[in-house]
Amino acid sequence: MPKNGVLDPQGKAIGHALASLGFDGVAEVRAGKVIELELAETDPAKAQAAAEEMARRLLANTVIESFRVELA
Amino acid sequence: MKSAIIVFPGTNRERDMAIALERVSGRKPAMVFHLDTALPAGTDLVVLPGGFSHGDYLRCGAMAAQSPIMKAVRDFAAGGGLVLGVCNGFQILTEAGLLPGALLRNATLRFLSMDCHMRVERADTPFTQHWQKGAVFRSPMAHGDGNYFCDDTTLARLNGEGLVAFRYATPEGAITEAANRNGARDNIAGILSPNLRICGLMPHPEDLVDPLMGGEDGLPLFTSLLDSLASA
Repeated sequence: MPKNGVLDPQGKAIGHALASLGFDGVAEVRAGKVIELELAETDPAKAQAAAEEMARRLLANTVIESFRVELA
Repeated sequence: MKSAIIVFPGTNRERDMAIALERVSGRKPAMVFHLDTALPAGTDLVVLPGGFSHGDYLRCGAMAAQSPIMKAVRDFAAGGGLVLGVCNGFQILTEAGLLPGALLRNATLRFLSMDCHMRVERADTPFTQHWQKGAVFRSPMAHGDGNYFCDDTTLARLNGEGLVAFRYATPEGAITEAANRNGARDNIAGILSPNLRICGLMPHPEDLVDPLMGGEDGLPLFTSLLDSLASA
């Protein structure tokens, strides 16, 4: 997700589109992305650690984005 | 001047860059593919040109920054080598951590393909020495993600340490909101590394280096580089 304080023009555009469709009361829209990873690792803790390392090294740019890893 | 242009899948401005470099140096730059692991012997300038490396997937420049050749580029930069990144090349330099900040989607969400004007913020660098401080020059630009962002601390450091090379300006040199088409923080168009050996900028000075292109406004960037290498 874009970090707080980072301009999110895509979120803003989506917010405008929602308003023009008549959806009232949408205060703010922030647009991020979901990346699904299928891992060979079966140990949950190791899988979590591996995914976090992938996020730090490539999947997220921590200058502008925050990330959260969830195991499914 | 023995320059090397790095070519990633989706790079498309490498030939424009080669024309500019050859025009000032009389020497054809080497084209180095992203899967290569070494720069040609004797390389004294590395250029990351514009384009859409890896289709801009994930984030602009994110995957190019992890290419095998980038290890050699990092080593070259760490040794004080001159590195220029234009447009996608600037995005790659920030993703690689060689320059601070990031390039966000243009604030208007529109792809901007037009001329802009930039004010030269300092004229004592290898990239800008053939301009006067405060000079304004015209340059084409063409990008969807050129909105320079960094946190307040980094912004204060860039401004305080004189690491902003170019700012978007009016043709008269005024730094205005209207001249800042992509929404960049403090009108930043291009920045420098602390040792002044790495420069990244969004517009394309290489596309205005010959009267046949409509002007030579971008030429001082390349003659500056040539001179700084000749006198090194």
